[in-house]
Amino acid sequence: MSRQRLSFWWFVGTLVMALMLMLVPLPHMLEAFKPYWPALVLLYWALESGERRVTLGLAFIFGLCSDLLTGVLLGEQALRLCVLAFIALRFRSRLRFFPMWQQTLAVLALLLNDRFLLLVVRAFAGESTPPALWWASPFVSALLWPFLFLLLDDLRMRLRLQ
Amino acid sequence: MPLAREESSPLFAGTAAGTLRLIFYLALAMVLMVLDHRNGWLWRLRYATAIVVEPVYRLASLPAEGFHTLSVAFADRRLLTEQNQRLREDLLLANAKLNRMAAVAEQNQRLKELLDTQHSLDLHVQMARVIGMDMGAYRHRLMINLGARDGIKSGQPVIDAHGVVGQIVDVLPNSATVMLVTDPDHAVPVMIQRTGLRTIAYGSRNGQQLTLPNVPMAADVQVGDRLLTSGLGGRFPQGFPVGEISSVAPSPAGMFLEAHAQPSADLDRADELLVLHDLPEPAGPPPPVRPAGPPDSEAPAPASTSASPRASLPAAPATAVSAGTPPT
Repeated sequence: MSRQRLSFWWFVGTLVMALMLMLVPLPHMLEAFKPYWPALVLLYWALESGERRVTLGLAFIFGLCSDLLTGVLLGEQALRLCVLAFIALRFRSRLRFFPMWQQTLAVLALLLNDRFLLLVVRAFAGESTPPALWWASPFVSALLWPFLFLLLDDLRMRLRLQ
Repeated sequence: MPLAREESSPLFAGTAAGTLRLIFYLALAMVLMVLDHRNGWLWRLRYATAIVVEPVYRLASLPAEGFHTLSVAFADRRLLTEQNQRLREDLLLANAKLNRMAAVAEQNQRLKELLDTQHSLDLHVQMARVIGMDMGAYRHRLMINLGARDGIKSGQPVIDAHGVVGQIVDVLPNSATVMLVTDPDHAVPVMIQRTGLRTIAYGSRNGQQLTLPNVPMAADVQVGDRLLTSGLGGRFPQGFPVGEISSVAPSPAGMFLEAHAQPSADLDRADELLVLHDLPEPAGPPPPVRPAGPPDSEAPAPASTSASPRASLPAAPATAVSAGTPPT
C-alpha cells in the first residue's frame, strides 16, 4: 500500500520536476537548445506504465498546467502533449522493445512532429515564425532521451517502484 | 524485473474509443485556444491561481539566483576591485553630468513655469528585480517582482540605466510581465535625436534588434544616430534613449528606407529595472488617452491585453472624443 503510494508520488514528482525544469532559465546562448522536459517525462511514463498512468486526460491536464505556468496560450501545450501521448500510447508496445537508438529516433520524430504542431498553432495565433535555431530543441531532447530514460528507469528499479 | 504485460496491449492497438477520445481532447484544446486568443482568459486564470503560480516562479528562479550568489561568493578579488573601480568612475561621471544637468533642469523648470505647464523632470519610479524565469525561447518577455499590490498597471513603461526596456503587459498580484522593445508585436514611437525625424520602432522578427520599416526615402538617417522616445502616443514619456541605428537600407518594397537599430537597454543582462509611474506630458493639442486599465484588484481586461502591446499611436480619433472633458 505505502509502496503504491510512494510510486504514485514518484510519478507526480517527476512530472512536477519536468515543469520546474521547463521554467528554469538558461544562459542566453543555450536558450534555444533547451529540451522540452514535460514531453520527455510524459513520454517516459507513457512507455513505462502505459494506460495505467498516462491517459489522454492526464496529458491534457498536464499540458494545461504547463500552459498556465508559461502563459503562452491556454490549450497549446495541452494539445501538443495530447497528440504526443496518443501516438506514444498507440505504438507503445513496439516502442518499448526497440533498441535504444531506434527508440531515440522515434522520440526525435515525435518531438519534431510536436514542434511542427506548435508552428501551426503559432501561425494561427498570428505569431511570427521563429528562427532556424528554434528547431534545435527536438534534437537536443532526443540526444538526452537515452540518458533520461536510463536514469529514470534505474531510479525506479532502485526504489523498487512500479 | 519482468515486464508487466497487459492484455489490452496488442501490437497494433487501435481502438475507435481511443481515437474518439483524442478527437475530443483536441477539440477541447482548440476551443480553449480560440477562446483564450479572443478573450485573454489565461491571464485571468493565472491571476486567480496566482497563489500557486507565483511561488512556482520564485522556485524556478532559485537556480539562477543561486548561481548569481555563488558567482559573487567565489568572484575573484581582482575582478571585484576592478568592477568597483569602474563603478566609481561611472558614478563620478554620472554625478558630474547630473550637476551640469541640475542647472539645466532648474532653468527648464523656470521656463516651464513661465509657460504654465505642470511638469517636472523628476522621475517617479519603482525599482524592480527581474525574476529569472524562462518564458519560452524567443518570447521577448521578462518577469519582474512587482505586481498589482505594488501599484503596477498594464502599460507602464520600463527602463534601465541605458534606455527603454519595454512595457508592462500583464500583471499578477506580486509579479508582472514586461514585453521587451525587441518583441515583434511591440512598437514604440521614436524620434531621431540628430534630425528630430519621427518614426516608429518595431521589434524585429529575428533576434535582438529594432526595426524602423518606414523611414521616408529622402530622410536623413545615418548609422550611429540615436533614437529617443518621441512621447507621441502617450505611453512612453519623451526623451528616453531607445536605440542606436546600426544599418540603413532601402526596404524590399522600395517605398521606404528600412533601418535597424540596436536597443540601448541591456536587455540580456538586465537585473534591476525601473518601472516609470509618470504619465507622459500631454503634448500637443490632443491629450493622450490614459491607458484604460481595469482597477488594481482585477485582472487585465481582455481588450487591453491584446491591444496594449501596440503603442497607441493611432489613438487620435479616440482622443477627439475624450478631448471634451478637461484633463485632470
